[in-house]
Amino acid sequence: MKQHYLVIDIEQCFDCNNCFIACKDEYVGNAWPPYTDAQPRHGHRWMNIERTERGAYPRIDVAYRPTPCMHCEDAPCEKTHPEAVIRREDGIVLIDPHKAQDKHLTKSCPYGAIYWNDESGTAQKCTMCAHLIDSGDAPSGPRCVHSCPTEAIKHYCLEPAEMEQKIKDEKLEILLPELNTKPHVFYKNYHLFNKAFVAGGFLKGGECVKGADARLTGNGIDERQATDCFGDFKFDNLCPGDYTLYSDDKAVRKVTVPEVGATDTIAFNNNSQNLGNIEL
Amino acid sequence: MAKLSRKTQLTTGGPVFVYVDEEQDKIVRVTPIDLDDADAASWEIEARGRTFKPPRKTTVTPVTQGYKAMIYSGRRNLYPMKRVDFDPNGERNEEKRGESGYARISWDEALDIVASEIKRIKRDFGPGCCVIEPSSHHLWGNVGYRHSTLFRFMNTAGYTYGDHNPDSWEGWHWGATHMWGFTGRLGNPAQTDLYEDCIKNCEMIVFWSSDPETNNGIYGAFESTVRRRWLKELGVKMVFIDPFYNHTNGLYREGKWLAPQLGTDSALALGIAHTWLTEGTYDKEYVAEKTFGFDEWADYVLGRSDGIPKDAEWAEKECRIPAYDIRALAREWASRKTMLAAGGLGGWGGCCRAPGGMDWSRLMIALITMQGFGKPGINMFSTTQGAPVDSDFYFPGYADGGISGDCDNTFGGATFAFRMFDGVTTKSMTSALSTAAGVHINRMRLPECVLDDNVEWWGRGFVGASLEQQFHRYEYPTPGYNRIQMLHKYGGPMIGTMGQGDRYARMYRTKRLPFVVSQSIWFEGEVPFADIILPACTNFERWDIGEWANNSGYNPDSHNQANHRVIVFQKKCIEPLGESKSDYEIFRLICERLGLEGVFSEGKKDIDWVRQMFYASDLPKVTSWEDFTEKGYYIVPVTGKAPSEPAQRWFAEGRPEKLRGWATNLPPMAKPDSSGLQTQSGKVEFVSNSLKRFGHYDTDDKERPLMPMYIPSWEGHHTERFKKYPLAVLSPHPRFSFHTMGDGKDAFMNDIKDHRVEINGHYYWIMRMNPKDAAKRGITHHSTVKAYNERGSVVFAAQLTERIPEGTCHCYESSAEYEPIGEPGKSTDIGGCINILTPARFLSKYASGMATEHCLVEIEKWEG
Repeated sequence: MKQHYLVIDIEQCFDCNNCFIACKDEYVGNAWPPYTDAQPRHGHRWMNIERTERGAYPRIDVAYRPTPCMHCEDAPCEKTHPEAVIRREDGIVLIDPHKAQDKHLTKSCPYGAIYWNDESGTAQKCTMCAHLIDSGDAPSGPRCVHSCPTEAIKHYCLEPAEMEQKIKDEKLEILLPELNTKPHVFYKNYHLFNKAFVAGGFLKGGECVKGADARLTGNGIDERQATDCFGDFKFDNLCPGDYTLYSDDKAVRKVTVPEVGATDTIAFNNNSQNLGNIEL
Repeated sequence: MAKLSRKTQLTTGGPVFVYVDEEQDKIVRVTPIDLDDADAASWEIEARGRTFKPPRKTTVTPVTQGYKAMIYSGRRNLYPMKRVDFDPNGERNEEKRGESGYARISWDEALDIVASEIKRIKRDFGPGCCVIEPSSHHLWGNVGYRHSTLFRFMNTAGYTYGDHNPDSWEGWHWGATHMWGFTGRLGNPAQTDLYEDCIKNCEMIVFWSSDPETNNGIYGAFESTVRRRWLKELGVKMVFIDPFYNHTNGLYREGKWLAPQLGTDSALALGIAHTWLTEGTYDKEYVAEKTFGFDEWADYVLGRSDGIPKDAEWAEKECRIPAYDIRALAREWASRKTMLAAGGLGGWGGCCRAPGGMDWSRLMIALITMQGFGKPGINMFSTTQGAPVDSDFYFPGYADGGISGDCDNTFGGATFAFRMFDGVTTKSMTSALSTAAGVHINRMRLPECVLDDNVEWWGRGFVGASLEQQFHRYEYPTPGYNRIQMLHKYGGPMIGTMGQGDRYARMYRTKRLPFVVSQSIWFEGEVPFADIILPACTNFERWDIGEWANNSGYNPDSHNQANHRVIVFQKKCIEPLGESKSDYEIFRLICERLGLEGVFSEGKKDIDWVRQMFYASDLPKVTSWEDFTEKGYYIVPVTGKAPSEPAQRWFAEGRPEKLRGWATNLPPMAKPDSSGLQTQSGKVEFVSNSLKRFGHYDTDDKERPLMPMYIPSWEGHHTERFKKYPLAVLSPHPRFSFHTMGDGKDAFMNDIKDHRVEINGHYYWIMRMNPKDAAKRGITHHSTVKAYNERGSVVFAAQLTERIPEGTCHCYESSAEYEPIGEPGKSTDIGGCINILTPARFLSKYASGMATEHCLVEIEKWEG
């Protein structure tokens, strides 16, 4: 049977927050029985936008990760609270507002996607706007998707086999794969959020060198670039480990991308490396 | 839930469908608009082997997406109120403003007090003593906008207008006009058809103090986002010059980020020019033919006239960008067809609102002129405008006078007033006071006009007919007129938006200002300083009509920010909340008590004016009133679009300017004919003849020399104050509010992580700091900090980020909240008004533009 999925492209997200606000527009002050009670005015983040900064001034970039309920196939919340959590045949996971009076339900989610509503005394989360999907009322799909100006968040209703193909084609990733929760929310270009880069610039005689050879090897990779007009190179999608930077086959610099802790919050001690400008 | 009805509305951040439960009189949902098959087809551009076509859906800003939270806000003024210790017939306790509480009164009592005060003041003091001061951007709609309903009331009731400065044009208006004219656009060049030119020809874009993803042009929401994405896909390189790693840079991801020290952008520009001059990599033929005074300026750049070559090494010392990066940028720029995005529109915003803004704006012109401004792929183009829509289809913008037809203070005289009013059955209402012979108050000097005996300034903001009007001297009190007796404040707060904003709090707390009315939707900012509060409603609670992103006036064809021209019947979605009323109705009721109701309203309700405006536009040629109001919007087809004529190509190719549309009705008077520019020489003037003729460059206009130069900032690192206040704060227009709209009001926006931070139940505005600056001061992420200088002190939540270099901080301006923890106007603010710390000083003595983009501060931990 066709299943509902969200695919979120990290590259196209720039933290405009339309998804977060559209979600509030839909649910604050509006109850949608039997799907959910109204969302409280403040405090909940059914679409929680996490941020990570990589690198150091001036070679940095910033990535954002909109994080809703993952609508897991093997949902931890369903395991701990089977009476309150319903996983529909179409893959949407809902919390029954009349049966979700246990505050511990919020703790069951490893993605932190379940919130407690003090006003109604229920646990709540993203419903994938199932009431709009079911009724066909405009805009007939998740509000976060509809209000996104860059199509960074896309909604699909596909056969699992079709989704498998998409995962391969677009190199989609999931959060916390080690938990085997089988999320229905996938991320594209996720390396921008959770991997490291090594960047710098080459100088010759104190001037930026355009088109210089830059090569990074080690830790299972061997990549080559020509520098841009500022002499800049940037190797991305790197895992922690030891690397060597070469130019024209001469070793220029040993680089270590260190291990860091969780990248789910803003990272200042991120492991991306701005090597600065290097005289060849 | 009952079946929802779909209404249409329009805001500063885009048009929307509004889904309403009519039984409950409740707005349920607000969404962008999906165009349908019956709507006109979209434009297409063929470029570099691909066809580009915009999405069939409008975009919205987060402010607009969150509008419902502003409509249903506990901070709404729902009833007329009177300050408890204000007695119009006895003790007024003016000095208690900002501290006293309020008591609910009836509309009759409120209107009687206001009307009797107006009558008393006009009898006892004569004209010119009732001043009305609206905020810049309030509620969208050509009937409801300040130039329309408010001006009709102002002129009917005999008020004086608090003149607005061109708050986003500043350096262009006061500086750039003296180099290339374009006064009819306040110094910004046209952007017509430049997107097509860009996507076909351009190889690189330099975004200089320009962040379209934050400022959206101005009203264009995320319409240009897809247009930049296509440029990226085609391999157009982008460079970002901004002290802050801005959000356009962030989304592009592959740009070069160059962060000049605050106030040194002009030094960087000179370093680039020096490289071009010494390496011979500029368009010499173009420069020889189309510029005036270039050699004299080149002598200054090369150091021949002052002994200081402005080379890349010199520039590095000032701006802290390595000389090799400056040269690399200069070389790449010279070798590629490059667009310069100098600000948010064709100029506008950013650096032009900072000290040195006039030189920066002029140096942007110098650079693009040296590379052949107007040639294919080479222009002043910020990517936010220039979509290929049909601009000849006539629909007025909000600055075209609306229901006032006030030709002194709007662009009604250009075209619109003559289409709107026949003079017999319906009449415009022009000003008798905000005229050349009338009374003027400069908005930024309002506190001084109240508190000081004499105030003088030069030039008004929105005077585009000629360069010369900039040099007119104004004084207050105006000879022949009495002083201000009453302030009628309307719309968003001044405290969060004007330099040294708490001057306005002090202004309220004096007997020199006997009566203050605030006509406001929300209880915020300086509303708690009023004697009488008149509760207004939002545009979602009344009727209006308007076009997306179309302000017109000094920004003609600004609708070309959006990918489709969307003209919207702005439907009343719900009844006004509480006892609030539309601004039109409030003004009408005041006029009724002044015996002027017939003159003001002509017996019309707001919907009647909406209909009159429909018939004054080109809409009746293509649709009926019934069809338009039924569907709620109209998409202007592109089939009638004039052939592509990229802006300024005429100048580059030495042809006369082909004026069209708006401009044909109001050519700047200083331009003798259609050839050449508006300057005296008709060329780009590196040595300005207009400043030579009228300026005070040789006496005491220190910051506006004849040539664009680098003058160290008076709010920068060369000043004595820098030793005490070593952190330079960049305070640009905000990302998640539109001026003060969207902020505060207990709205959803407060929950955006990058807008405010909740600490112990209080939502603090954000101060972004480099982790090194924070570490030196023991400041941690999301802790509360106090920023201060001799002007005041404000508490923020610190955000530690590498997006800003060491020594510089970033803090958006325009907090809607002003929350002094002690005496109002004299104590620390925890609302987040960075503008309390920014200068009230003008750009220069003779250029009365604001310079609030930079300020020097010190920051320390704050624990309450």
